[in-house]
Amino acid sequence: MRLQFILGEVFRGLRRNATMVVSVVLVTFVSLTFVGAAALLQMQIDKLQGDWYDLVEVSVFLCPEGSTASTCAGGEATEEQISTVERTISTELDDVVSTVYFESKEDAFEAFSAQYPDGYQGTQLTEEDMQASFRLQLADPEQYQVVDEVLSGRDGVEVVEDQRAIFEPLFLALNRSSLVAVGLAVVMLVAAALLIITTIRLSAVSRQRETGIMRLVGASTLFVQLPFMLEGALAALLGAVLAVIGLWAAVQYLVIDWLAESVDWVEHVTTADVLTIAPLLLGLAVAVAAVSSAVTLHRYTRV
Amino acid sequence: MIRFENVSKVYARGARPALDDVSVDVERGEFVFLVGASGSGKSTFLRLVLREERPTGGRVYVAGRDLTRLSPWRVPGLRRGIGMVFQDFRLLPNKTVYENVAFALQVIGRPRHHIRTTVPEVLEWVGLDGKEKRRPHELSGGEQQRVAIARAFVNRPKILLADEPTGNLDPTTSQGIMRLLDRINRTGTTVVMATHDDEIVNEMRRRVVELSTGRIVRDEVEAAYGRREEILPQVGPVAVLDAPGRGVPARRISVRPEPGDVAAERAAEQAAARGVDPPPVEVDEDSREMSGAMASRAEEA
Ligand SMILES: Nc1ncnc2c1ncn2[C@@H]1O[C@H](COP(=O)(O)OP(=O)(O)OP(=O)(O)O)[C@@H](O)[C@H]1O
Ligand SMILES: [Mg+2]
Repeated sequence: MRLQFILGEVFRGLRRNATMVVSVVLVTFVSLTFVGAAALLQMQIDKLQGDWYDLVEVSVFLCPEGSTASTCAGGEATEEQISTVERTISTELDDVVSTVYFESKEDAFEAFSAQYPDGYQGTQLTEEDMQASFRLQLADPEQYQVVDEVLSGRDGVEVVEDQRAIFEPLFLALNRSSLVAVGLAVVMLVAAALLIITTIRLSAVSRQRETGIMRLVGASTLFVQLPFMLEGALAALLGAVLAVIGLWAAVQYLVIDWLAESVDWVEHVTTADVLTIAPLLLGLAVAVAAVSSAVTLHRYTRV
Repeated sequence: MIRFENVSKVYARGARPALDDVSVDVERGEFVFLVGASGSGKSTFLRLVLREERPTGGRVYVAGRDLTRLSPWRVPGLRRGIGMVFQDFRLLPNKTVYENVAFALQVIGRPRHHIRTTVPEVLEWVGLDGKEKRRPHELSGGEQQRVAIARAFVNRPKILLADEPTGNLDPTTSQGIMRLLDRINRTGTTVVMATHDDEIVNEMRRRVVELSTGRIVRDEVEAAYGRREEILPQVGPVAVLDAPGRGVPARRISVRPEPGDVAAERAAEQAAARGVDPPPVEVDEDSREMSGAMASRAEEA
């Protein structure tokens, strides 16, 4: 009975303020689409990082002949220097490095020849042009700094190189664009909140007669305010549902049907990921609506 | 039932107090007229009883509860035990007569079956049988006020407050409304009515509390309105809307009651004669609490 009555009030209110309600729906739709897009982009970045960082290694290049680095003053790295480096890796970096692989000049030349059987840019290179190195897989790719600190500057080590550095510009760009999306989302969420506040206020003012009588005959504060709260929450929720549908369609048609066809060598976000963030978006919509109602109703329907 | 102890109310800092050190005690079941010039504090008095306002000083007790200490979430409970009617009726224009009265029960969460039986009863009791489906604009002023009274009374409050309920009505219609309020009072409900209407006060011979610029200047049982020129402001021989000056014919002579009001009054009288009972008292938390509080106060006294 009470529920039916309150729902009746809610729908009457929604109908009376139809234009405002539509604008609330649209603004929450757009803002939550941005939030969702940022979240999906972040998920995509995580997937790429997961994929690629497993493949990349830290290379510890050993001094070749004629290097100008100060640690290579003694010419090509000696057997002794190499075994010192190897020992250091197995003792000091034991918990950071998961696998160690020594690539000798021969190995390097073999790999090179396999990749460029006809020589590199017209020059036929020999085994002597290759450089020996340790290839380290790190347990945690983020620990690169530790490896660098321990091994750089040792005699016989020319340079420590993190292959991840190759991907950094890409990830930087992706991270920045997801930050931009988040920034836009925040601005739009503020707009949504303000719009919900205005809508509820309008609704409260247009129903002042009713609420006045409700308070007069002893309706509880919650009973007076609930229809307004539900009104705001319902409009915001509708916007969130639209955002989820929009993101789902975008992932389905843009990513899965199109991007994944042409760029099939990386893992992509899926519609399942959209469903994962759906509760987040719905929750955010309800939270924004709740905060807005709390701000407004406190002032307009006080007992 | 209602007790003011040295109550003062100042709306804005520095303004003249709307009520100034008012002490008054209204017994359970009493009928009290609150008279005084415009701005003397009558509406303020009623709003304090409803706790729409809080006193600046002193204490207000209603049914034994100290309203100055009542926590906000208990205010709805207090108001369920008080009915209130106004000069301008305050009906919802897009609801029917039935819906207007039912609304008061719906919003306090009364079950549907209770509403379905109680609302027709109270409508018959106030003389509006057969007009359930009309909207307020299809009713005369007197009938609209009956709807408002039905809405105030449908939850069987212990107290009925009326702020110039006859202010917009002609004399005959006003008399009908007064008979209705009197019947409500005879069911045991305490009635406090603010009014400017000297004829009504003189006719009813009930307790009169007169306010003047926020102070009680008279409190008499079975009293008359008092000398008109003492209560109304001195405005000279010019007709000012609701404060006629001395020597100006009273506004009410030429007004004739509308047929609907006469019919409603007759129907109400007939219902009363047939022995139609007022709607039963709903025993719920609030009223039980209120009667309990009353009983304990009575024992104290
Ligand atoms: N909400 C308010 N804010 C500020 N001042 C108010 C407010 N309500 C009433 N007043 C002032 O308090 C005084 C008493 O007003 P009140 O309405 O109680 O008088 P009243 O006796 O009901 O008058 P009337 O017969 O015209 O209805 C007046 O001076 C009025 O201006
Ligand atoms: Mg008044």
